[in-house]
Amino acid sequence: MIIVETRPALSLRIYIHLPFTILLALPIFLALSSGFVVVGVYLERKISAFIQDRLGPMEVGKWGLLQLFADLLKLLQKEDIVPAAADRKLFLLAPSVIFASVFAGFAVMPLTPDLQGSATAVGVFYLMAIVSFDVVGILMAGWGSNNKYSLLGAMRSVAQIVSYEIPLGLTILCVVMICQSLNLQEISFQQGIYTYEPNYLFGIRALGIDVTDWGGIFSWNILRNPFLLIAYVIFFIATLAEANRAPFDLPEGESEIVAGFNTEYSGMRFALLFLSEYAMMLLVAFLGAILFLGSWNTPLPNIGPVRLADWTSGSPGTVWGNLTGAFWLLTKALAAIMVQMWVRWTLPRLRVDQLMFLCWKVLTPIGIVLLLISGVWRLLMI
Amino acid sequence: MNASYLPSDYLPVLIQLGLALGFIITTMIVTHSIGPKRKSQKKDDPFECGIPVEGDARTPISIKYFLIAILFVLFDVEVIFLYPWAVNFKGLGVTGFIEMVLFMGLLLAGFYYIIRKGVLKWE
Repeated sequence: MIIVETRPALSLRIYIHLPFTILLALPIFLALSSGFVVVGVYLERKISAFIQDRLGPMEVGKWGLLQLFADLLKLLQKEDIVPAAADRKLFLLAPSVIFASVFAGFAVMPLTPDLQGSATAVGVFYLMAIVSFDVVGILMAGWGSNNKYSLLGAMRSVAQIVSYEIPLGLTILCVVMICQSLNLQEISFQQGIYTYEPNYLFGIRALGIDVTDWGGIFSWNILRNPFLLIAYVIFFIATLAEANRAPFDLPEGESEIVAGFNTEYSGMRFALLFLSEYAMMLLVAFLGAILFLGSWNTPLPNIGPVRLADWTSGSPGTVWGNLTGAFWLLTKALAAIMVQMWVRWTLPRLRVDQLMFLCWKVLTPIGIVLLLISGVWRLLMI
Repeated sequence: MNASYLPSDYLPVLIQLGLALGFIITTMIVTHSIGPKRKSQKKDDPFECGIPVEGDARTPISIKYFLIAILFVLFDVEVIFLYPWAVNFKGLGVTGFIEMVLFMGLLLAGFYYIIRKGVLKWE
């Protein structure tokens, strides 16, 4: 009976709290994504230092904690140079386009059961569209700079981003098929104890094991359809390429093309490109956690009388529920970012032809097969 | 499922864009007011690893990039077609599944064709 009751409450909550969520969720995300750059860059430097057996930044502040503030302050004071040969309008506008399109993606992300910027019914689709827009900004930067390295870097970057969008779209499609919704908040609700549909073990009803009450990791999408675990791996690889992260950082291959499309940028405009790169990392880490890893739901299941899931996740609408929700989602996203960094400092850079081979001849066919398997799985789930 | 279209749902998107633009404008004003402005001919040249600039940057680019762009348009449009189908998959049932398998079959035939044509060969 609880299932019947929670359903209208869910949609009601979204509408009643609309002004509230706008006032709260969006500033939180803006602060979070710019705050993440501070944490992220420091984390990246320290992780790379650890992997390479160095100390990393140690001079500014205790353990170099203030290093990034010093860097940002430096960038803010720098001159904003526009090369004489550049197409001035395109050159000046490009960083804003890239920055705005990545940040606009956060508008549909849920942070907790009650906090979500926009509750639009086409959430995932909007996200794909607005993040693709960053390609336009990159081309503007490359063409506008009128520099050989910039143009080559932009071309490489665009070719890579549009290619990897296909496996990315296919893996997201697998999740959409299992969840039957494009709203990231609805997808989140389905993956925990506060779901309004019964969850069965591995999503198969015929097994007859109802795990709705267990919650935890058993109701995450990667276990509702175990093949989504493979989909998550593909998603992760594709998002590394989307964010121009190593081992797919050909557009910024220092030894070949200086710094790719951001060669000619200096000062705050370069900082904007840098911020968007880190914001993109955060965005895809969030998206992966929401789509595959149970969103803001706890990983701990209820085992008989040991109500781990109930204890570690409060019910939606309460302060405790929102706190635990934000905690779990941020933990998952940060874990994904740690793996992104680990990959960067472990694997060597790919060659262009290897990159394209991986995308078109390995990931895309696997993505299509996974889509078919998800279709069969969904038919089994009914 | 909430499938209704409400224009107010997109208000947060505009607010988010506004916040991002506000951030950009503020930092730009700050950086222009405190940063130096010194022009010189050498400084405004395009960067070319310290050697004099040779020719124009906008030279013809390998056809492979163009082919990838074309392929992307084809495949991405297919993926867009799959989204409404995927959302309504439960309602469409087995019939919808078979229809989409046929659609994917046509798509894969095209994929096989471009592989045989050598479009996806970069070595």
